[in-house]
Amino acid sequence: MQTYVGTPTSRVDGRAKVTGQAKYAGEFNLPGLAYGHVVVSSIPKGRIKRIDTRQALRLEGVLDVLTHENRPRMAGTDRAYKDDVAPEKGSPFRPLYDDRIMFNGQPIALVLAEDWDTAQFAASLVQVEYEKAPHVTDLRAQRENAFVTKRPSKPRGNASKAYAAADVRHEAEYLIATEHHNPMELFASTVVWDGDGKLTVYDKTQGVQNVQQYLCGVLNKKPDEVRVRSPFVGGAFGSGLRPQYQVVLATLGALALERSVRLVLTRAQMYGLGYRPETIERLALGATAGGTLDAITHEAIAMTSQYEDFARNDTGWADLLYKSANTDLVHKLVRLDVSTPADMRAPGAATGVFALECAMDEIAVALKLDPVELRLRCYSDRDQSEDLPFTSKKLRECYRQGAQAFGWEKRNPAPRAMHDGSELVGWGMATGVWEALQMPTAARIVLTANGHAEVSCAASDIGTGTYTIMAQVAADALGLPIENISIKLGDSTLPQAPVEGGSWMAASSAHAVGTTADAVRKELLRLAKKMPGSPLADAKLDEVVLADGKLMAGQDATRAVSIADIMRAGEVERITQEKTNSFKEDSAHARNAHSAVFAEVKIDEQLGVVRVTRVVNVVAAGRILNAKTAHSQIMGSVVGGIGMALHEETLFDHRFGRIMNANIAEYHMPVNADVHDIKVIFVDEPDELINPMGIKGLGEIGLVGVAAAIANAVYHATGKRVRDLPITLDKILS
Amino acid sequence: MAQTSTASRPAGDTIPAPGKISVSLTVNGAQRKLQVAPWTTLLDTLRDYLDLTGSKKGCDHGQCGACTVLVDGRRINSCLALAVMKDGATVTTVEGLATDGALHPLQQAFIDHDAFQCGYCTPGQICSAAGLIAEGKAQSADEIRELMSGNICRCGAYPNIVAAIQQAMKS
Repeated sequence: MQTYVGTPTSRVDGRAKVTGQAKYAGEFNLPGLAYGHVVVSSIPKGRIKRIDTRQALRLEGVLDVLTHENRPRMAGTDRAYKDDVAPEKGSPFRPLYDDRIMFNGQPIALVLAEDWDTAQFAASLVQVEYEKAPHVTDLRAQRENAFVTKRPSKPRGNASKAYAAADVRHEAEYLIATEHHNPMELFASTVVWDGDGKLTVYDKTQGVQNVQQYLCGVLNKKPDEVRVRSPFVGGAFGSGLRPQYQVVLATLGALALERSVRLVLTRAQMYGLGYRPETIERLALGATAGGTLDAITHEAIAMTSQYEDFARNDTGWADLLYKSANTDLVHKLVRLDVSTPADMRAPGAATGVFALECAMDEIAVALKLDPVELRLRCYSDRDQSEDLPFTSKKLRECYRQGAQAFGWEKRNPAPRAMHDGSELVGWGMATGVWEALQMPTAARIVLTANGHAEVSCAASDIGTGTYTIMAQVAADALGLPIENISIKLGDSTLPQAPVEGGSWMAASSAHAVGTTADAVRKELLRLAKKMPGSPLADAKLDEVVLADGKLMAGQDATRAVSIADIMRAGEVERITQEKTNSFKEDSAHARNAHSAVFAEVKIDEQLGVVRVTRVVNVVAAGRILNAKTAHSQIMGSVVGGIGMALHEETLFDHRFGRIMNANIAEYHMPVNADVHDIKVIFVDEPDELINPMGIKGLGEIGLVGVAAAIANAVYHATGKRVRDLPITLDKILS
Repeated sequence: MAQTSTASRPAGDTIPAPGKISVSLTVNGAQRKLQVAPWTTLLDTLRDYLDLTGSKKGCDHGQCGACTVLVDGRRINSCLALAVMKDGATVTTVEGLATDGALHPLQQAFIDHDAFQCGYCTPGQICSAAGLIAEGKAQSADEIRELMSGNICRCGAYPNIVAAIQQAMKS
C-alpha cells in the first residue's frame, strides 16, 4: 500500500487556495458587519494633549470613534498583556490604553463605520494635538548607550589575548538593516459578536491559543467567551507570533458597538508592528597559519524599544560551527523610541551568522585558503558552549554535495577573475545553522467506521505545509488513503498547540498525530480482541499495524480485520482519541539543523547591478516529511535571503523618528525577475536520537547563510567587500 | 454586558456620505447590478459587496498585484480601479476560472508545481498569468519572469510559478 511520509505530496489545501475559496482573517463577510480604520500617531514620543473626533463623528455612516478616553475597560497590569512570545523584560505595549506615545505609527484612535471607505475617510478627520518629547531612533548614533543583555555562553580562554597573538587576524563590523516581514496578507481581524459578550475572532496569527489567552487577559474575558480562529494565514514569517494591536482594537470595537467588527490595517500601518532589528555585528577572528581558529569574538548591538528588551541569539552560533579554544560572545541592546522588534525568519541567526560567515570568508582570503577548506579545518563535532555531541550533524556532507552540485572546483579564487561577457562573475559560499526544537502539542483523531479520519489541532498553517504533513503522517499511521483524512487547524478550541514558529511545528505536530494514532490503534485492537474467533486475539500492540483500512498483525494478511468490522462488532460508530506528544529528556546532545549555501552573482560593473543567477542550498535537517513542500520552504527562504542581501531596508528619517518607505514600492522585496536558478538538496540524515520520526524542521534553516553567500560572491566578483546590508548598487560603485 | 463608548454624535451638521451610483458588471458570467459609492474600488466591490474574496488586498496601492483580475480579458490591479469606472465591464476573478468543478489548467499547474505556500498572492498570480498567456508576449522563462514581476510572492515561490505557467502554456 502507498505510504505518504517522505514522498512529494501536493498540498491538501491547494485546491482551496487556487480557487479563492480559502478564507483569510479579513474575509468573513457577515450581516451587520461594522468596519474599522485606525488613526496612528505622527510623532515618535510624547503625549496626546487633545484628540478631537467631532468632525469624524459628523460624517454620515460613522458609528463611533474610540480613543484612550472612551474605549471599553482594559486590564491595568503588565501581566495581562504578556503573551507567550513577549520578551521576558519589559512592559508590553497596550494599544489605545493612555495618552502616552512611544513610537511613530502607534494606534491612537479607531474609527468605526458602516463601510470601509467611510471609516477610512473619517480617520482623516480626527485631529490630534501632541506634546512632543525628544526622541532617539538612530542605532548607529546611539551605540554608546548599548548595554549587555545576554551572553550565549561563558567566555572560554582569553579571546582578546589569543587574537593579539594570532598568526592571521581579521576584525570588522557588519551592519544589517532593519527589515519588515511584509507578509502579503494585510494584518486583519474580524470579530464576530455572538451575543452576550461572546466573541469569535478571525485573526491573522501564528498562534490562536496565544491570542485567545491574551484577549481574555487584556479584556477580562472568561476562556469560553473568546474563540480565536485562523484557518488560513497569508504569510507571517514571525510577524504573527505575538498578538498584534489590530486584534485588540477590533475586539474593543465589537464590545463598544455590541456588533461584529472587521479591522484591516493598511500596508503603511504594518510598519508600526514588529520587524527584524537593525544590528551592528563586530567579529574578531584569530587564526593559526595552518588555517584553524584560535580566537572568536562576536559582539552584536541590536535596537529595541524603550518598553521591552527584545534580544535573540546572534552570537552563539560560532560555538556550534567552529573549533576555537578562546571565545567571547556577547549581545547588547540599544533602547530607541520605536516599536518592539519581532522574530523574523531565523531571528538572531539570519543576522549573526551573516556576520560570522562573511568574517570567515575574509579570513579565508587572508589565509589564502579556499573558504570550504577553511570551514572543514575548523569544523566542530561538538557544541562547544555545552561541550556536547550533536544528535546528528551532516554538515560535512552539505559542503561536499553543495560544492559538487555548484561546480565549486572550477572557481578561480582570485577576485575579479571570472567574467560572463561584460559582467563580472562571483562565487561565494556560507554555512547555515539553526535549532531543532520540539514543543508539547496535542492532536485529536476521530476515526469513523467508513475509514475516514478527522485530525484536529490548534496549530496554524502559515503556508509552511502543516495541513499537508499532518495528513501524510495520519494517513500512514492509520493506514488510510490521504483523501480519507481531513485536517482541522487554526481554532483555539482545538487541542493544544504552540505558536507556529522556530521551525518546531513539523516535529511537534507530526508526533502529536503519531502519538494519537497509536492510541487509536490500541483502541481498535482492544475491540478486535473481543470479536468472536478474532484472528488478533493473541496479538500484541507493538506487532499490529493499520494498513489498507485494516488492523493486521505484522505483514500477515491472514491475521487482519477491517476497521469497519471492528467497529461494527464493537458497536461503535467512531473512535475518538486525543493525546499530547512527549519527547524523551536528553540533555546529553545538542540539536541543530545545518546547511551549506553556494551563490553565483553577475554584476554589471558600469551600473553596479547585482543579479543572483544561481543558488545551491544543501540542507541537513533530519527526515524530510514532504519533499515537495520542503523544497518550497527552502526555495522561499533563499528568496528571502536574496532580499536581505540586496534589497530590503526599512529607512528612518531620524529627524521625525518615522519610517520613510512604509510601503512595498519603496521597501524593495525580490520580485519574479530577481530570482533565477535555485537548487535545493536535502542530505540524507537519519537521526534516531532527536525524536522517534527524526524530524528537525525547515522553517528557518533555508534562510541562514544565504545573505552571506551572496555578499561573499559580490566580493569575489568585484574585489570590493560590502559589509553593510543591503548591498545596493551605490555601495558597489562608490 | 459590554461597556459602550462615551462618544456621541456632536452638534452641528452631518457631513453627508457621497451618493451611490448604479453600476452594472458581468462578474464570472453573472450579471450584477449594484449601488456603489464613487470612492469604492473594484477590489472592495468584489470583496465586500459581492463576497468574492478570492481577489486579495495586499497593499491597496497597485504595488503588489494580489488584487489582479481580468477586466474585458485584460489583467488589471483592481485596487486601482473604481467600480464606477468599470460600468458595463466583464470581470473574471479567480472564482470564475474553474468550469463545472474542473480546475483551469493554470490552477492545476499551480498545485502540481507547488507554486504557492500561504496562498494569499495566488489568485492574483493566476489571474495575472491568465492575462499574460492571452497577451501572447511571453515565450521564454526570462520573459515570464519579467512580465510576472508585478505580482509579489513573499513566500518566494517564483521559480515554481514560472514552471507552472510554462506547463499551462503547453496545455
